[in-house]
Parts: sequence; structure tokens; C-alpha cells
Amino acid sequence: MLQFLLEPLQYDFMQRSLIVAVLVGILCAVVGSYLMVQRLALLGDAISHSVMPGLAIAFALGANIFVGAFIAGVLSTLLIALIHTRSPIKEDTAMGIVFSAFFALGITLITTIQKDNKVDLNHFLFGNILGVSWEDVISTIVIAAIVIAVILLLFKELQFYTFDPVGAQAAGLPVNLLNFGLMILIALTIVASLKVVGVILVLALLVTPGATAYLLVKRLHQMMLLGAAISILASISGMYLSYYYNLPSGPAVVLVSAGLFTLAFLFSPRHGLLTHPQRSSASSPLLQEIKSLIRFKQWFTRS
Amino acid sequence: MITVSHLTVYYRTVQALWNVSFTVQSGRLTGIIGPNGAGKSTLLKGMLGLVPIAQGEAIYRDRPLMHQLDQVAYIPQRSQVDWTYPATVWDVVLMGRIRKSGWFRRFSTVSRRVATTALERVGMVDYRDRPIGQLSGGQQQRVFLARALAEEAEIFCLDEPLTGIDQKTEAIIFDILRELADSGKTVLVVNHDLGEAITHFDDLVLLNRELIAVGDRQSVLHPENMNRAYGGMVNFFSARAA
Repeated sequence: MLQFLLEPLQYDFMQRSLIVAVLVGILCAVVGSYLMVQRLALLGDAISHSVMPGLAIAFALGANIFVGAFIAGVLSTLLIALIHTRSPIKEDTAMGIVFSAFFALGITLITTIQKDNKVDLNHFLFGNILGVSWEDVISTIVIAAIVIAVILLLFKELQFYTFDPVGAQAAGLPVNLLNFGLMILIALTIVASLKVVGVILVLALLVTPGATAYLLVKRLHQMMLLGAAISILASISGMYLSYYYNLPSGPAVVLVSAGLFTLAFLFSPRHGLLTHPQRSSASSPLLQEIKSLIRFKQWFTRS
Repeated sequence: MITVSHLTVYYRTVQALWNVSFTVQSGRLTGIIGPNGAGKSTLLKGMLGLVPIAQGEAIYRDRPLMHQLDQVAYIPQRSQVDWTYPATVWDVVLMGRIRKSGWFRRFSTVSRRVATTALERVGMVDYRDRPIGQLSGGQQQRVFLARALAEEAEIFCLDEPLTGIDQKTEAIIFDILRELADSGKTVLVVNHDLGEAITHFDDLVLLNRELIAVGDRQSVLHPENMNRAYGGMVNFFSARAA
């Protein structure tokens, strides 16, 4: 057993990828909790797709790709906000327009520079965790430290804002600043995660562990802590699965994470499908519809 | 006393509120009434600067009210908040202490004591550790009221606190609001229905996009005013409540 656990660690690249996978797992679970409670899961998807042109341009210019991706991510959230506040178009539609346009631009740019720069579109789309350098490890550590520090310092304000934005505004909190800060944290997290799972699967890291924890605990900080633990478990076991069975690493992590969510969904003490059969069936829309029909009929015949 | 003058609010191109001027007296319970879409909530939000104002202002102690939000405890409509949010009753009540705590600080023992007292006052102290999603509408409203009390404010603004709540909660809310008014606080309540509850208010502000009438309850509920606001639909209510 020990041999089984230690064997992959003799490789430098496995050590690096494990460190990055665990850090990114923690970061995504914590930051993703904010996306989930604000019903902004789609925004995570939008930002992650939108970083593509930033990556491509940074690559072509030889600049730091983290910086390029971050700028593109922030730019996209600003554009989304602009469209949805300055026109009758709703936020989800604005996200759809902006992120698909950015994504398309990103693919176009990467395909154009691909020949001269020896970059692989697939690495952007699906990540390339086995290829992380020690430099990448350090950038990830720095990003994780910044994001976690900000969340620790602003926890109560962010909780107020994400629960009750109007109430927070009325209490005199600078809600626009908090919102923008949160967007920056999300963009930073996504940028840090790209190496692990790529643009397409980042969303899974952001929402799945948090959602799993949400089924098991009742307070935001508990959700973040448990989500981070679940995420670490998923990252490590995903990496080992990928090592021993030669599976693609990012997808392996995501699949383990989805498996853990399924367990919570079925067996959660408060919300589980199997542990709470009555409650679950009562909330099934179809059954509810039938029940309300019966109730209506009773009420009708009584009067 | 709050003096509102010429308050005008647009939502994009729609005029939500036009040239509203009135004063709110401290020490009295003031209700804002009017038909659906009359701009009642908008008036409250406009006074606090929570929506962009096209024109006008609300002045409290010689300064714009929107720059003294630390004096204000605001309770949004219950439907504006996601009650499946992972928080307990205690978490929500403590939110009322965030401004007093300051940035980067943890909640002090004083804050915890104030929050506990507020919960006791609304009869929800036993529900402290309950997730907010498991509360009834009335209980949720009482938690919001406790949060407002924890702010220890001078001005209380409540947006439709009586929607979808039980009798017991209504009685508790009016008990507390009366106590606040008696101790000299300013209490402003948006209220959409014209039933029994309206008799609790001392003063009323009657709106329909513009100010129809303002003053003590009896004079505002005069049938002529109600006709102008509601277009002749509620003679019966106004007669009874007056």
C-alpha cells in the first residue's frame, strides 16, 4: 500500500502536479462556493472561456500567460456587466454573448499562432498538469495565498454581500467594490486552475466540491472547509488514478469529484435521495403536481 | 425628522417616482401605501440612495440620508433574498453588526451580546443554529427584524415586512416598531395591503408614482385620496380603516 502511494512521488513531475492539483482544488472549492451561493455558476464558465484570447496574446508576445489570462478574464466580466446594466439584455444572455465571442477569438488566435509557437490548443482546452514547471508551482502558491488571505480578511463582508446585496448596500458597504473584488478573485482562481483542468473543465472544480459540501453542512465557512477537503481528496485520487491507469489527469480529477457529489446526493443525512426518500419524492415536481391536483379536488368537493 | 424633497427616480426610461416631497417625523410609525407599482419600495430605496436618483434628495439632520447609512437599519423584501443560502439564524443576525465591527475585524463580545438580545426580542433565540432555509416566512421576517435591531440604528426602514407572515409575527413586529417609535426612532414601513394592519400606523404616505397624500392616518385615508390613488377600487377598505 505504502509502495502504491510512494511510487508516483519519485518522479519530479508527479510531485509538482500533485502540489498544484491540491492547491488549485482548495482554491476552487473556496472561491466556487461564492459562485454557487450567488447562483453565478455560469459566470465561472464564462470567465474561464473568456481567458483564451488573453492566453493566446500573452503567448505570442512572450509575456506571462497568467497575466494575459487574468486581463482577458476581468475584461470579459466588465463587458458582461456593461451589457447587462446598459441595455435591457439579461445577465445570462450577456454572459453567453461575451464568453462565446471571447472563446471564439481565443481559438482563432491560438490556431493562428500554433504553427510558429509550438503550442497545443488541447493543452489550453483540457489542461496539461503533468507539464507544470516549478515556476508554475510558485505562481500557484502566490495566487492561492493572495486569494485565501483576501477571503479571510473580508469573510463577513463578502458573506453579507453575497447573501443580501441590497441589505449590504443599505448598511453602507461598498458593494460595487466587493463585487468587483469577488470577480477578481474568481478570475485569479480560474487562471491558476487552467494548467490542471483547462478552460472547459474549470467549472467542475469550482462548483462540484462546494455543492457536495452544501448537501452536508449548513454554514458558508463549513461549506468552504469541507469543500476544500473534498477537493483535496478528489485531486489526489484523480492524480493517482491517472498515473496507474494512464487516464487524462484533469478529467480523472473531475470524475472523482463528480463521484463524491453523487455519494452526497444519495446519502446526505439532511438532503440525500436515499436517506430522505419521503422528502425527496415530495419535492419531485411531477409528484407534487399530482398531489396538488388531489388536494385541489378534495378542497373543491368539500366546499 | 427626514425631509424628502422633489425625489424623482427613473428605471431606465420608465418614470417610477416623480417629484415626491414630504417629511417623516421621528417618534411616529409611518406607513408608505399605494397600489402595485406605485413606487413604494422605490421611494424607500431612493431615500437611501440604493437606486440612482434623477432629482431630489432626502435630508436627515442637515445631511443627505444616503451618506449616513450607519444611522439606518434597512430590511429588504423577504423575496429579494435567497433563503437557501448556507447560513444559520445566528449568521444573519450578526450581519447587523458588520458595520459596527469595522473591516478585517471579528465580531466582538458586545456584538454577540447585542445580537443575542435582538434574537430574544423577536422570540427566535431558540432557533439560533437553525439553517435559515428551514424557517417559516414569519420566522424569516423576525430574523430580519432582529438583524435590524442589532444595528442599533436611529432610522428603521422596512420593505413590505407583513407579506406572507403569521398573526404572531405581525403582533411581534408591531410591538417592536411601536417601542422603537416611542423611544424616538424614525420608523418607515412599506405596506402593500390595506387590511387591519394599517390601523397600527400613526402617519401614512400615499403614493401612486407621485405623492397623493401625506399626514396622519385618518386624513390620508380620506375616500377622495384613496380614489385618486387606487382609481375607486377600495372605498370599502378606506372607510373601515379610517
